[in-house]
Amino acid sequence: MANLLEVKNIETYYDLVYAIRGASFSVEEGNITAILGNNGAGKSTILKTIMGLIEDQPDKGIIEYEGKPIQHKDTDVIVRQGIAYVPEGREVFEELTVNEHLLMGAYTRKDPSGVKQDIEKVYEYFPALKQRANQWAGTLSGGEQQMLAIGRGLMLKPTLLILDEPSLGLSPILVKEIFSIIKEINAQGTTILLVEQNANMALSVSSTGLILENGRFVMKGKSKDLLQDKDVKEFYLGIKSETSAKGFQRWKRKKAWR
Amino acid sequence: MIDFIQMIVSGVATGSTYALMGLAMVIIYKTSEVPNFAQGEMALVTSYFAMMLLTTMNMSVYLAFFLSFVFAAILGAFLEFAVLRRAKEPNVLGMIVITIGIEMIILGFVSWKFGAEQKTMPFPIGPYDGFIIYDIYISKLDVLTLVSALFFMIVLFLFFKFSKLGLAMKATQQNSVAAQIVGIRTNRIMMMTWGISSLVGATAGLLISPTIMHPFMMWDPMLKGFAAAVMGGMTSLPGAVIAAYMLGIIENLFGGYISIEFKTVVAFVIIVLVLCIKPSGLFARHYIKKV
Repeated sequence: MANLLEVKNIETYYDLVYAIRGASFSVEEGNITAILGNNGAGKSTILKTIMGLIEDQPDKGIIEYEGKPIQHKDTDVIVRQGIAYVPEGREVFEELTVNEHLLMGAYTRKDPSGVKQDIEKVYEYFPALKQRANQWAGTLSGGEQQMLAIGRGLMLKPTLLILDEPSLGLSPILVKEIFSIIKEINAQGTTILLVEQNANMALSVSSTGLILENGRFVMKGKSKDLLQDKDVKEFYLGIKSETSAKGFQRWKRKKAWR
Repeated sequence: MIDFIQMIVSGVATGSTYALMGLAMVIIYKTSEVPNFAQGEMALVTSYFAMMLLTTMNMSVYLAFFLSFVFAAILGAFLEFAVLRRAKEPNVLGMIVITIGIEMIILGFVSWKFGAEQKTMPFPIGPYDGFIIYDIYISKLDVLTLVSALFFMIVLFLFFKFSKLGLAMKATQQNSVAAQIVGIRTNRIMMMTWGISSLVGATAGLLISPTIMHPFMMWDPMLKGFAAAVMGGMTSLPGAVIAAYMLGIIENLFGGYISIEFKTVVAFVIIVLVLCIKPSGLFARHYIKKV
C-alpha cells in the first residue's frame, strides 16, 4: 500500500538542544504504526514537528503527506488536510463542555448533519462521555479527558490520526479499553500513528513498529517480529534474559544502538 | 424621593458607558488574557474620526457613524496584527505595558492632530435633549446609551454562547495549542476579537462625545469600565455589565448624599472591598486547574 505520511531525514532543535537527529520513517495507509522509545528519546518531538507546533522547525528534512510537503506550514493548514493529533497529557479546554469540545473538534468541517452523526458515534465509542455531555471538561477525570481528547480528534474525520501516549496515567483496564477502541477506529479505515511507552500494548495492536533512541531510529520491523526480538524484549518489554550459568558470574547485557 | 430616583436614573446612565467599556475589555481579556489599557484611547480616536467626517467632510450622520464603526473595527484588528502579535515570547506583564504604550501614542496623536481644547460633536441628539416623566428628567442620550449597552451585552452573550466563532474564541483563550490542533486559526481569532472589542468601546466613545469631547474624555469611563470588568470577574460579560451599573448607581448616590468631591474615588474603594472579600470577582465561574 501507498505511504500516507513520509518523513525524510528531519532534524529538530529546541533552541540549542539537538532533539531529532535525522529521523526518517513512513506511515502506510490503513495501518497502525507505533513509535517506541524511552523518556527523552524524542517521540513527542517528532509528532510536534510533523504538526508544525514547534516554531521554525524542522531545521532540515522533508515531511510529505499524500505526496505533498507539509513542513513549515501552519498547524491549522496541516489539520485541514485531514491529520488529527491527540496531544500528550490531554490538552482539553477546561471551561468548555464535552459537547462543545466535540463541536470544536469538527471546527473545520462544513457538514452539520455529518457532525451530528459523528458526535453520536463518539458517544458510542465512549459511553462515559455521554453522561457528562454538558459538564465542563476541566471537571472530568483523567481517563475521561483522554477519551475526550481522542473523541475530539475523531470529530475531524481524519485520514491520519496521530496519538501521543494515549495510555499516559491511565489504569490498566482503561488502557486496554482505549487500545481496543484504537484498533476499532483503524478497522474502520483510519490510518494511525501511535507513540507509546507501553511497548507491549503498542506492539500488540500495531502492524509496524519503530524504535527511537536519542533522536534517531535504531530499529524498524513488523510488530510481531519486534515482540519476539531479543533486544526489544529485554530493553522495552522488561523480560530479563539475565541468567547465570554457574551461579557466580553474571553477565549483564547492555546495548546502545548508537 | 424624587431626588433619590433622579440619582438612580443618572447612575444607570453613567453605568451604561462604564458597561460598554467594561464589555470591550472583557472581550479582549477573554481571548488574550490581557487587560487592554488602550481601550479608551481606541474609542477616543474613533470619536475624533467621526467628528472629522461630520464637520470637515459634511457627511450624513448615518454614513459617518457607519464609517466610524468600520474604522474602529479595523483599528482594533490592525493594532493586534501590527503591534501585539509582533511581541516575541509575550508574557502578560509585557503585553500590558504594550497596551499602555499604544494608549499614550494614540493620546499624543489626538492631542497633536485635533488640539487639546474642548470640541463639540455635531451629534443628532444634543446633551440637553430630554423628557420628563413624573418629575424625573431623562436625557435622550442616556436612553440611547442604555439601549446600546444592553443590546451589545445580549448580542455578545448569545454570540459567545451559541455561535461557532464565539466558541472558537473561548477555546483559543482556554488553550491556544489545543485550539490550533482542531484547526482554529488562532491569529485570525485574536484579530477579530480586537476588532469587535474596539467597536464596542467606540460606541461608548461616540455616546460620550456629545457631552464631553477632549483628549482625556475616555480616561474616567475606561478606568471605571475596567473596574467593573474586574468586579465582574474579568471573563463574564453579564458580570461586567451588572457591576458597571452597580458602580454607576452607588457613585451617584454617594455623590448626592455624602460627598461630591469623593464621587469618582468611591468606585475604586468598592473594587478594593470586593476583591478583598471575593478575589475572583463577583460573577466569575472560573474553573481552577487541578494540579
